[in-house]
Amino acid sequence: MSELATDREIDRSNMQISDEIAIEITGMNKWYGTFHVLRDINLTVNRGERIVVCGPSGSGKSTLIRCINRLEEHQQGQIIVDGTELSSDLKNIDKIRSEVGMCFQHFNLFPHLTILENCTLAPIWVRKTPKKEAEEIAMHFLEKVKIPEQADKSPGQLSGGQQQRVAIARSLCMKPRIMLFDEPTSALDPEMIKEVLDTMIELAEDGMTMICVTHEMGFARQVANRVIFMDQGQIVEQNEPEAFFNNPQSERTQLFLSQILGH
Amino acid sequence: MSDTNVSYVRKEMLAEAAPPVSEIGPVRWVRENLFSSPLNAILTIISLYVIYWVVGHVAPWTIGGIWGASSLTECREIRDATVGSDHGIACWSVLSHRWHQLLFGYYPSHLYWRPVLALLLFLAGLVPVLYPDTSRKLLIVSAIAPFACFWLLWGGSVWLPVSTALGFVVGYFAFGLATRLISPLAGILAAIILPLLYWYFIAGDLYAALADTVPLGIEFVQSRDFGGFMLSVVIGLSAIVLSLPLGILLALARQSDLFIIKTFAVVFIEVIRGVPLIVWLFTAQLLLNYFLPPGTNFDLTLRVIIMVTLFSAAYIAEVVRGGLAALPKGQYEGADSLGLNYWQSMRLIILPQALKISIPGIVNTFIGLFKDTTLVVFIGLFDPLGIASAVRATTEWNGIYWELFIFIGVMFFIACFSMGRYSLQLEKKLQREHR
Repeated sequence: MSELATDREIDRSNMQISDEIAIEITGMNKWYGTFHVLRDINLTVNRGERIVVCGPSGSGKSTLIRCINRLEEHQQGQIIVDGTELSSDLKNIDKIRSEVGMCFQHFNLFPHLTILENCTLAPIWVRKTPKKEAEEIAMHFLEKVKIPEQADKSPGQLSGGQQQRVAIARSLCMKPRIMLFDEPTSALDPEMIKEVLDTMIELAEDGMTMICVTHEMGFARQVANRVIFMDQGQIVEQNEPEAFFNNPQSERTQLFLSQILGH
Repeated sequence: MSDTNVSYVRKEMLAEAAPPVSEIGPVRWVRENLFSSPLNAILTIISLYVIYWVVGHVAPWTIGGIWGASSLTECREIRDATVGSDHGIACWSVLSHRWHQLLFGYYPSHLYWRPVLALLLFLAGLVPVLYPDTSRKLLIVSAIAPFACFWLLWGGSVWLPVSTALGFVVGYFAFGLATRLISPLAGILAAIILPLLYWYFIAGDLYAALADTVPLGIEFVQSRDFGGFMLSVVIGLSAIVLSLPLGILLALARQSDLFIIKTFAVVFIEVIRGVPLIVWLFTAQLLLNYFLPPGTNFDLTLRVIIMVTLFSAAYIAEVVRGGLAALPKGQYEGADSLGLNYWQSMRLIILPQALKISIPGIVNTFIGLFKDTTLVVFIGLFDPLGIASAVRATTEWNGIYWELFIFIGVMFFIACFSMGRYSLQLEKKLQREHR
């Protein structure tokens, strides 16, 4: 059995899944040169859903969520985010990126700016928020991720877990409607994983629509409403966590789960 | 069980003690750096002797040098009368006698205040750029300074720099409008093409009209009167100031996804880098006039400035490209994922970090560029070396060379060394700030 992500009871009062569609992916294909990395992906995400994407390395799960905010370009099919279709139109891309927050495995904080400046940069330049207001918003979210006292430090002075929480706060400052997490805990020491997961759980409790690529099966079990298993660039199986973990249907899923959970 | 007793308890704590004398201060430094081993000690002693020997020969020549004479013959007479003809001593009189030519060339002597004022103005314009802590409002000085310097140096009607500067204003507004109305790419194209059209078709007439209605100007000085260090500094500083932004744009263009822009940058950089500067200078001297509107007599010094600028921009572009390539891909993705557009992410995230990495290379290029300004002697401009030849061709100073070239060398060294120091200081400052 995998460990649980948290010992406390998760407050599910705000975790409501609405009928409104947040992301709709239909018939999406992507190639790197001639390598077919994503094959016929169909996925609909409703507002308020918390989806965990798992799978062996090289299965295309990171590429999938990077396609959602156009860090990677897809070659076939359709991706509609918040009603806007992703095309090569730069204005659409920038609009979608400012609505969709993203956290990376290696945080990607800006080392030449302080923590506070990291958080206020996008609101000031993209949203045209006045500086003072942007700083108030930033402090609010830094408090939410529990590191307001680090605001004036440089990213390099913080631990990995703290940096990842700053990265989450930085995304939240843009008031995104969807959050993408690309293996947010994979580069962290075990004791830091928990503080980042706690932050993510709180985000889920606030009703955020989330798609997480992660190997934290405890988080998937406790927080996700849907788990997607990918292999060889395709969605092999998806189900509610209970059914997914206790009664996986596909052989590949069973093999993957047995390896990762160590049955 | 063994008999040894391993138990131990300290009864009283030791007070802090000073390190042995041989381990601190100058004693330690000398021991570690000069006499750390027998071989090192021998080398130190030999080196000290060599230094003593060189200084012993050079110092009397330098320090005992003669100032105040008005020709080499007079210098020799003074030497024979004082130290005797078998002792060599420097004849610095050539500097005190001809300093104005070495510094200003053939610039009219009653107008020396103009280049000096131009230099001061330029330095004033540089302060807000080099020291970002100063007030942002001072940047207006930086924007006006180049045109004011140009006007002070060449003189003539005040409307020429004004009508030229208007081209940049045109470019600025064209960029803003086209970016908002059409697309960022159209903005860049408009910012390049419209000013060029303005300069080609409108600027000349506008200047003539303005000069006719309100004649306002100072005495005009021809380019061929420029010379000495003034010429080096004018060419060097203009090229440095112009080539940095141009080089950055070229580096970005070379990384661009847009095929045409990328190809243009690659071809430009490779062609400019692949041909010696001296060839470009001859091109500037002989060929450039063919490409300009007929009737315009484009100043040779300006043509040289343009060529040197393009030449060093190609090098700067490659240095900056190195800095851009050194940044982790995550920085680009981090900026993209927040919804920053291309120019915002370049200006706020990518370039500050890439330029910081590139500082040593950029300053290295600038130092090389500044020294390369001496090449203009081959196209007939009187840079310090050209002036030195001219001075040696006079009857008074025929036969003198060491003193002149030492002076020129020292002046260049001071300029280049200061640039190197500034870059080190800047690197350290940024190191402290961005950890």
